[in-house]
Amino acid sequence: MRDSEHQHGKRDISFQVNGRSVTVHAHAMERLLDVLRHELGLTGTKEGCGEGECGSCSVLLDGVLVNSCLVPVMQAQGSEVRTIESLSASGRLHALQQAFLECGGAQCGICTPGMILAACQLLDKNPRPNIDEIREWLSGNLCRCTGYTQILEAVEEAARRGATG
Amino acid sequence: MRANPAEYELVAPGTLSAVLTLLAEEPGGWLPIAGGTDVMVQYAAGKLAARRLVSIWNLEELRQIEVSGDEVRIGAGCTYTDLREHAVVSREFSLLASTARWTGGIANQNRGTLGGNIVNASPAADSLPALLAYDADLLLVSARGERRLPYGTFHLDYRKTLLSPDELIRAICLKRRFSGYYAHARKVGARTAQAISKVCLAALGKIASGVMADVRLAVGSVAPVPLRLSATERRVNGKRIDGALLKSAKEWASTEIRPIDDIRSTAEYRAAVTGNLVAEFLERLAETEAAR
Repeated sequence: MRDSEHQHGKRDISFQVNGRSVTVHAHAMERLLDVLRHELGLTGTKEGCGEGECGSCSVLLDGVLVNSCLVPVMQAQGSEVRTIESLSASGRLHALQQAFLECGGAQCGICTPGMILAACQLLDKNPRPNIDEIREWLSGNLCRCTGYTQILEAVEEAARRGATG
Repeated sequence: MRANPAEYELVAPGTLSAVLTLLAEEPGGWLPIAGGTDVMVQYAAGKLAARRLVSIWNLEELRQIEVSGDEVRIGAGCTYTDLREHAVVSREFSLLASTARWTGGIANQNRGTLGGNIVNASPAADSLPALLAYDADLLLVSARGERRLPYGTFHLDYRKTLLSPDELIRAICLKRRFSGYYAHARKVGARTAQAISKVCLAALGKIASGVMADVRLAVGSVAPVPLRLSATERRVNGKRIDGALLKSAKEWASTEIRPIDDIRSTAEYRAAVTGNLVAEFLERLAETEAAR
């Protein structure tokens, strides 16, 4: 009998993460979330519900917001993944991160990476969103601490400062 | 119990014909997975019976929206975001565009596909009543060829459909003849995004010579399948909208559905809300006529 670990075998799956080419040796059905956290050590991407309801595991896949708990890693083959770790550059926070910090948009921090990446895609599509657009765009990201007001203010503030995705 | 990825196989042949060949070789042996918004949830919960999956995500042949003179053909692999962003869909099929907006949140709209939702066959899916209201056709494809059938005949019973194990939905076909209709969609749920509906309504109608004409009422979450309220439609068509009619329409609609008690709501509540949603639609239809 074969070792269950190798029933269908692992394979090499290559994609870009935060501008870097990576090849992981993984089962095709492993969740992108687990590969990011456990294989690549990118623990900024959080697991909340594990069923696409809470948005904590949001990443950008080819520039598009997705729940990484619902993406089999094989479907990321050849794609470009951006996680929260890509936002700050040479020790400087991204304008969205800075605004979350200043407005109190981050408390326990579990939803924050997903919130910021969702806001990132919004600002990428629409640099000056109104409050309703921000609310709609972040509606798939749940927060149990802030009551949302400070999060919405942070995104408005970042947009005012000309933040881009 | 969480699934063990080592027990699952996932292949991505990359073209529609290669996927169809695989399905034909072993009908029922492979479960198609598109954006994973339903399949991966079952997988993560350890409840996915299929062990071998074939990826149909982003197959070019399934990701087009073709607009011709009298028809719009939406590739089954188009996402809710694709629907929201398409000019002709937004303008002429607003029930579909607006229900796409409240299906899940943005991340799920970026991955969830219309074809996937149809095959997943949840009676609570927000966008499916819109397809009933527009009398959509489905184009099914297999290695044996294509067949076209009315979407209204596709769901046989709770999560049972006419799809053969070697088939995929290729496209959803909509006739471009509804621009003159008043369109109204409503979702009643704990919240708009993410939450699954307790009741959702997609409705179309016109007023001609002061009476209702071609009223179309379709509801979700109130029967084992997405449901067209054909009996209620027959009873309202040809009538003037007044207080007595609204009262009767509520009654007709709430008795035509087959709701159940479940984790989200009760049968009694669903019956009351369905009646109210239908009455609300008819009132607005009357207002649009009065405003003309």
